[in-house]
Amino acid sequence: MHASTTQDGVSQGGTGGHLVTIDAVMQQVAEHKGCGTQGGSGKASCGSAAGQGDLPTEIWEKVKNHPCYSEEAHHHYARMHVAVAPACNIQCNYCNRKYDCANESRPGVVSERLAPEQAARKVLAVASTIPQMTVLGIAGPGDPLANPAKTFKTFELISQTAPDIKLCLSTNGLALPDHVDTIARYNVDHVTITINMVDPEIGAKIYPWVYWNHKRYTGVEAARLLTERQLRGLEMLTERGILCKVNSVMIPGVNDRHLVEVNRAVKSRGAFLHNIMPLISAPEHGTVFGLTGQRGPTAQELKALQDDCEGEMNMMRHCRQCRADAVGLLGEDRSAEFTTEKIMEMEVDYDLEGRQAYQARVEEERVAKVAAKQEELATLAGARSDITLLVAVATKGSGLINEHFGHAKEFQVYELSTAGAKFVGHRRVDLYCQGGFGDEDGLQTVIRAINDCHAVFVAKIGGCPKADLLGAGIEPVDQYAHEFIEKSAIAWFKGYLGKVAAGELVHTPRGDAAIRQGALIVAA
Amino acid sequence: MTYKIVASQCTSCSACEAECPNVAISEKGGTFVINPKKCTECIGYFDVPQCVAVCPVDNTCVIDTAYPRYQVAG
Ligand code: SF4
Ligand code: SF4
Ligand code: SF4
Repeated sequence: MHASTTQDGVSQGGTGGHLVTIDAVMQQVAEHKGCGTQGGSGKASCGSAAGQGDLPTEIWEKVKNHPCYSEEAHHHYARMHVAVAPACNIQCNYCNRKYDCANESRPGVVSERLAPEQAARKVLAVASTIPQMTVLGIAGPGDPLANPAKTFKTFELISQTAPDIKLCLSTNGLALPDHVDTIARYNVDHVTITINMVDPEIGAKIYPWVYWNHKRYTGVEAARLLTERQLRGLEMLTERGILCKVNSVMIPGVNDRHLVEVNRAVKSRGAFLHNIMPLISAPEHGTVFGLTGQRGPTAQELKALQDDCEGEMNMMRHCRQCRADAVGLLGEDRSAEFTTEKIMEMEVDYDLEGRQAYQARVEEERVAKVAAKQEELATLAGARSDITLLVAVATKGSGLINEHFGHAKEFQVYELSTAGAKFVGHRRVDLYCQGGFGDEDGLQTVIRAINDCHAVFVAKIGGCPKADLLGAGIEPVDQYAHEFIEKSAIAWFKGYLGKVAAGELVHTPRGDAAIRQGALIVAA
Repeated sequence: MTYKIVASQCTSCSACEAECPNVAISEKGGTFVINPKKCTECIGYFDVPQCVAVCPVDNTCVIDTAYPRYQVAG
């Protein structure tokens, strides 16, 4: 839908095999400029889904290879979190500190905690193994700013040894106003604040207490303190030009409607991106919400709320609610390859030039992908239809349909219309293949997770699941194996519209889908 | 008296360690422990024991009745 090239892509892309001229690229950028004025759905894609668009260059430079701040980048670039911050200063009803918290990136007690020096070593080891790793985040397992010494020491060490890596931080915001200047001094590029409410009455239902200024506060008083400090911290950061993303956990019946207000409040204070995530609350997690039976939203409820907020500002729909020690592309977790024991043995060779060369190739790939999509979209130009539908895609990254149906840990979901293909989310289906292909339950899980989709695009699929999917009314599509996602989806959609027009097919809307519960963990 | 940490409940989050005004808390064998010789129940520093106020698990930092009160009246 949008041009996704960059200054770098243009200047460094000349050596590759793709024939992308600067003129063509500039043309795409120019076309994309109009995006902010197209109303609701256009705006959303600007910051989070595609290319520079109407973003000022200095902001684009910050987000273009950040997988969390740019939907487009998340197909290509990887992030890692280091778990150096165990302490927390608030209590949330969706978190049980004894176990992994799926909502707030907490790996819980069982996972490794790193000292800043170990963390710095791990970053170097990962950066040498995964050259597209561009972002280092500290997100927990507690609150980074409740552990300021460890957090900033880690940033300091990394900025010395791996200066090209972007630093980011994810906080509940309670301690934020006290640390804004330090954050600016360490050149932290991005800060994420989890803001679930701006109304203390609602906050009291989410936060039983906060610890501030040597005291424990409870109830409405605690929530008032938290929201005041969150919003002040947000203002202070944006005043200093630091990009801010706001995460909100959607809790049906508690703050779901209210998040539209939160969206307005954070937008007016300069937040760049709003990420509404589904509450994850299984009873076995032992959280307050898990025990009281508080449910999470369905896929349709989540999408409807994200759509409602989208007119207001950029929405992030690709957050994977990663653990505090996640490594890899979003949706993948390679942390098991980088345990302390393993990284101590690894030869670490920090090859800045090699990393840059690799990333330049990634940029070429992105340009080629967008060009392919634009071309395909052009052939749809004359088509008129009110049909919008969702399709699921099995991918390992790079924007390609390159994953086997049975190996997919998640499916990416695209919304197709005559306006093109738009990324609208992802569905976890971990390890349907683990029990082998006869695993009926596994397949049912997958079908439930993508039940709102008309088709599923895969690199390969076996005969049995194929028949079952068809039976459930989801068309398995494998003829676009290893091709670009958006281009293929648009081509398929054209065919679909053709069949509907010819009366071969009656378009029927699909039902809702389930959001899978549980933290993303490494496959055993 | 002094406070003590119920080891089976401690998540080893380290939050109490940084808040103790007497540096009485340290890590030992995977969980945190309070040195009864150093703990003053926060008397003289804060109105409430800091380890109790910050600990995420209720009833984990508790009075250790095996020791006499820190501040004996009179
Ligand atoms: S939790 Fe969300 S924002 Fe954080 S790294 Fe994962 S995808 Fe990005
Ligand atoms: S009661 Fe106060 S002095 Fe005693 S261990 Fe807890 S924080 Fe330290
Ligand atoms: S605050 Fe509580 S859970 Fe955390 S280390 Fe101290 S005693 Fe253990």
